[in-house]
Amino acid sequence: MSEINLVQAVNLALARAMADDEKVLVLGQDIGINGGVFRATDGLLKRFGEDRVRDTPLAEAMIGGISIGLALQGFRPVAEIQFSGFIYPCIDQLANHASRFRTRTRGRLSCPMVLRAPCSGGTKALEHHSESNEAMFTNIPGLRVVIPSSPKMAYGLLLAAIRDPDPVVFLEPTRLYRAVSEEVVDDGTALPLDRCFVRREGTDLTLIAWGAMVREALESAQQLEARGVSAEVIDVATLKPLDEATLVASVQKTGRCVIVQEAPLSGGYGGEIAARIADGAFSSLLAPIQRVTGYDTVMPLSRLEQIYLPKAASVTTAAERAMVYA
Amino acid sequence: MIETTARPARRESAHFEIGYTRYLDPDGKLVAPLPPGLADPVRAIALYSALVRARSFDQKAVAMQRTGRLGTYASSLGQEAVAVGAASAMRPEDVFVPSFREHAGQLVRGVTPRELFLYWGGDERGNDFSGPREDLPNCVPIGSHAAHAAGVALAFRLRREPRAVVAIFGDGATSKGDVAEAFNFAGVWKLPVVFVISNNQWAISVPRRNQSAAETLAQKAIAAGIPGEQVDGNDVFAVHAAVAAALERARAGGGTSVIEAVTYRLGDHTTADDASRYRNDAEVKAHWQEEPIKRLEAYLVALGRWGKDDQERLLQETKAEIDAASAAYLATAPQALATIFDFTYANMPADLQRQKDGALASAATTPVKG
Repeated sequence: MSEINLVQAVNLALARAMADDEKVLVLGQDIGINGGVFRATDGLLKRFGEDRVRDTPLAEAMIGGISIGLALQGFRPVAEIQFSGFIYPCIDQLANHASRFRTRTRGRLSCPMVLRAPCSGGTKALEHHSESNEAMFTNIPGLRVVIPSSPKMAYGLLLAAIRDPDPVVFLEPTRLYRAVSEEVVDDGTALPLDRCFVRREGTDLTLIAWGAMVREALESAQQLEARGVSAEVIDVATLKPLDEATLVASVQKTGRCVIVQEAPLSGGYGGEIAARIADGAFSSLLAPIQRVTGYDTVMPLSRLEQIYLPKAASVTTAAERAMVYA
Repeated sequence: MIETTARPARRESAHFEIGYTRYLDPDGKLVAPLPPGLADPVRAIALYSALVRARSFDQKAVAMQRTGRLGTYASSLGQEAVAVGAASAMRPEDVFVPSFREHAGQLVRGVTPRELFLYWGGDERGNDFSGPREDLPNCVPIGSHAAHAAGVALAFRLRREPRAVVAIFGDGATSKGDVAEAFNFAGVWKLPVVFVISNNQWAISVPRRNQSAAETLAQKAIAAGIPGEQVDGNDVFAVHAAVAAALERARAGGGTSVIEAVTYRLGDHTTADDASRYRNDAEVKAHWQEEPIKRLEAYLVALGRWGKDDQERLLQETKAEIDAASAAYLATAPQALATIFDFTYANMPADLQRQKDGALASAATTPVKG
């Protein structure tokens, strides 16, 4: 069995979901003959045909709205927004419609759809192509927000998202698309949603991250190990709904935590997680909750983007700050 | 400086015209022969009854709002013929995608007056239609449901079903990108959807002339490569005939249509609005001469098919139905608190279950008034 990278894992999960269920369709800009700008849908048009692999005109709001109509009729559309920086026109459709039909009709109608979008920085991309805007989706009731951090996670979580009966925003960090490869078994097994994943066990401190920041956290855990600190690393993976229990249990065990997010500090999802831990693990906390985040600035263009992005070294520094408290 | 006079002679690269259809003038006189189906007086009486029923619902709803028994309500007074004409042209298996002022059409589709009262009275169960299960609930955000209509129509296309969608929105909605995008998508994919613009001349306080410099709103369809036409929106025959023809075309694979039904909003925008702040009574008074019910009644009377007794019986029956529906709504107990959580996701997440448990526990100590 060969190893595949994250974007290949997305492709594999899409193909698997489409083969398993003829109601699954993919649509978006340039996802047909071009196979998607990142090749996430490569080969799907040839294999599944134009009815199920549909290039759309260029209008993000409509890609969301068309998906809603399809989903209301029992299809399971998986729409691609080319970059999460272009998802904003679609938020009306997500917040006012996709997330609300089940509630508004008391279960008569629902929107089983997935909106995939590449996100986050680190690839020297153009303006608006490097956004980490996950937090705004987590404030929309009725949506699920999922961010994979590895090929295996991408495969299992995307299958879960497609099979879920409610709308899911599935954000894929572009930096991870081709960064690492690993063996992914294409057996159609989905990972659970609403679950955080313990990626490394430890006893002194908990590092909490999602998406591209999971790699930084894992690297930091290695650095800390060399300094005699045992770090647990948790991949939040499904931001909404949040698996608070796993996070709180870990910090109850370790007494310290560092939350790592690529998004700007203020209003970021790390703040929500910090509040949950402060509440749920208050009596176990040995040190203030630390956050390592992007800045409250516009994402810099490529020459300065590395300055913006949180790195393993700064995670380690924050961890050491926490370890100073006895 | 550009020498404009130096440009070469141009050839015409596109050409369009927008037609306007009316059968029944404001006095109830036929100005054109009716299509066969509509010439049948039984059909005309059914349409007339639907108009009267819708207005009766409207009047009751406004009265109930004024007496604190219903929430903010958007009356469709004066423009009932648009929704009735469109919905009556549909087949049961088609899907209706209305905006928030189209209850006249929802009633024709089989949504019950009790369900409508429930919805406008603040109870989501009003959207759990017992009749047209696939019809969408009305859309409050302006124009964004045009996209859903296109998506539903795409589903019909993909399943090769001979079904079609009718969406209705107002003149204001045509200023939105959502509507332009929906026209465009539907045009490219030849989707079986009929977009009906209920041009009632007012988007709250903004008159039609300040909404768009386009001569007609129907011509916005032309830019998307789909046919657009105008009809007299106060002539239920004209609306019905145009929508019926567009639906037939859509079912046969002929694609999308846009029909601008020119009508007038005789009432306030909603019960929370006071239209006297921005439009004068003389204008409203003039439009009362063109409203849809009076002209159809005059037509039926002239045909010798409608008399005082018929009118009295219809009004009595309608009033009895609407009063009973209103009483049934008022007698319906509010939903349990738990229901605000129960439909957020199909599978209740642990995180939300905890919030629900908390809400239930706190409600147990502080009862909430319904």
